[in-house]
Amino acid sequence: MPPQAEIERLILATWRVEQPRLMTSLSRMLRDVPVAEDFTQDALVAALQHWPSTGVPDNPGAWLMATAKRRAFDHLRQRRMIARKHGLIAGDMEREQQAMPDPDAALDDEIGDEMLRLVFTACHPLLSREARAALALRMICGLTTAEIARAFLLSDATVAQRIVRAKRTLSEAGLHYETPRGEQLSVRLASVCEVVYLVFNEGYVAAHGDDWHRPQLCNEALRMGRVLTALAPQQPETHGLLALMELNASRMAARVDARGAPVLLMDQNRALWDQLQISRGLRALARARALGGTGFYALQAAIVACHAQARGREDTDWRRIAALYDELARLVSSPVIELNRAVAIGMAEGAGAGLAIVERIAESGALNTYHLLSSVRGDFLFKLGRHCEARAAFEQAAGLAGNRREAEFLLRRAAEAAAAASP
Amino acid sequence: MRFMYIVTSPQPQIGPTPALLEAVGKLAEREIKAGRMLDTGGLMPLAAGAQVHIADGKLSVTDGPFVEAKEVIGGYAIFELRDRDEALAMAREFMQLHLEHLPGWNGTCEVRAFATQGPPQVHDIGCNAAAG
Repeated sequence: MPPQAEIERLILATWRVEQPRLMTSLSRMLRDVPVAEDFTQDALVAALQHWPSTGVPDNPGAWLMATAKRRAFDHLRQRRMIARKHGLIAGDMEREQQAMPDPDAALDDEIGDEMLRLVFTACHPLLSREARAALALRMICGLTTAEIARAFLLSDATVAQRIVRAKRTLSEAGLHYETPRGEQLSVRLASVCEVVYLVFNEGYVAAHGDDWHRPQLCNEALRMGRVLTALAPQQPETHGLLALMELNASRMAARVDARGAPVLLMDQNRALWDQLQISRGLRALARARALGGTGFYALQAAIVACHAQARGREDTDWRRIAALYDELARLVSSPVIELNRAVAIGMAEGAGAGLAIVERIAESGALNTYHLLSSVRGDFLFKLGRHCEARAAFEQAAGLAGNRREAEFLLRRAAEAAAAASP
Repeated sequence: MRFMYIVTSPQPQIGPTPALLEAVGKLAEREIKAGRMLDTGGLMPLAAGAQVHIADGKLSVTDGPFVEAKEVIGGYAIFELRDRDEALAMAREFMQLHLEHLPGWNGTCEVRAFATQGPPQVHDIGCNAAAG
């Protein structure tokens, strides 16, 4: 690696370690989260300009903080200058500046509040889900625009624009510094959880995909999940979400074979499941339950936990899984959940019972562009010995799959069905 | 990518000052709330524990008294971070607190990456520090 790239990598790593402190201190000082984010990024730019020639300072964290604070003060001064035109006198400004609490000292007691404020601002329901995801990755995880763009397979310009627009929306709406309390809190947490889960799934679907930036999103989402449980420990859904992500991530090493092709859950080598991660997931699930959690994430985590605790297909409690899907369907009516329930019923009561549910979903037309509907249908038909129909279903599924690996897998299953169909 | 930080010192008699404990406590709180620190703890002197050895095919237990070791492990922490660079930056920040709050102390913070099972996973987000 050339020395220039080497030092840039070091600077970015150093900045990342300091990023949460910079963000929380500055947003407290400025009482404006999006502007605090700007100055946090500015400190990185300043380090990238200066450190290659001056070397990394002895105390890089202090340097970054001093740089960011100086800019924040300049910003405040400028804002006051404008305000002064409207009647504020200079003396007031000076006094106010001196009386301004030292952001570090203030932070001692309030880091939780500030982090929570970041999370809620970045994930404000006023913003689109995509904008929330981008802001959360920037503000909470300290990813750069380029990294977010790569992770979501978008251009830098698209992500940069999305972020600028989101920040402007927050500023114009006057929502740049607020913490919801009481009843508002759980409503707003739902908006946060949705974003974290979206980020996780982006990474999970792409795990070991063509671009290795994408799987990293799972780790970022897990980190945000830990942030949430540390900040809002009394909220069952944050523990449920963390449990769901930990339990799903525990299968990461088993989800693809040596050639990178996906391996279905039932065919996975369970020795490759990360038992440490499973136990963390089960702990989080127990915590969610203890807090009375029977929400969207806790229920899904309970389903995944049935798999995580089973030694194999026969050992899996399919009836409990079907019952949990039932409960989930009552909570959120969704054809995808119904499809999953069909799979569980198929395992508990036989392919015929499962197929009946799948056909009902297909008739409703709700999922006719969703490859997994055709894929599950193909699987049931195959098990029932209706190989020609199974082949057609798998081929249809392959045509609908968005991921190359998945499409290849489905075509292999179609060929398998074709071979079984011919005498 | 998971890392364990192990702090050793040849001067176990120099205990942490209240200022250091406070500074480290603040760092730990921040890192837990930032979702990066998974666990941390201080370790009691060996006298509070024991050693189980195998030598020449024989198992034996030493539960004291112990000959003072040259380097004593005082504490550990487990972090989930993106890559080795980040792990190093974190260790520097942690040791900087010792430099500021525990004058005259010598010690080492060893940074060790956890072994992972299965196919090698992608850990490094590895972007050229393009800010913005």
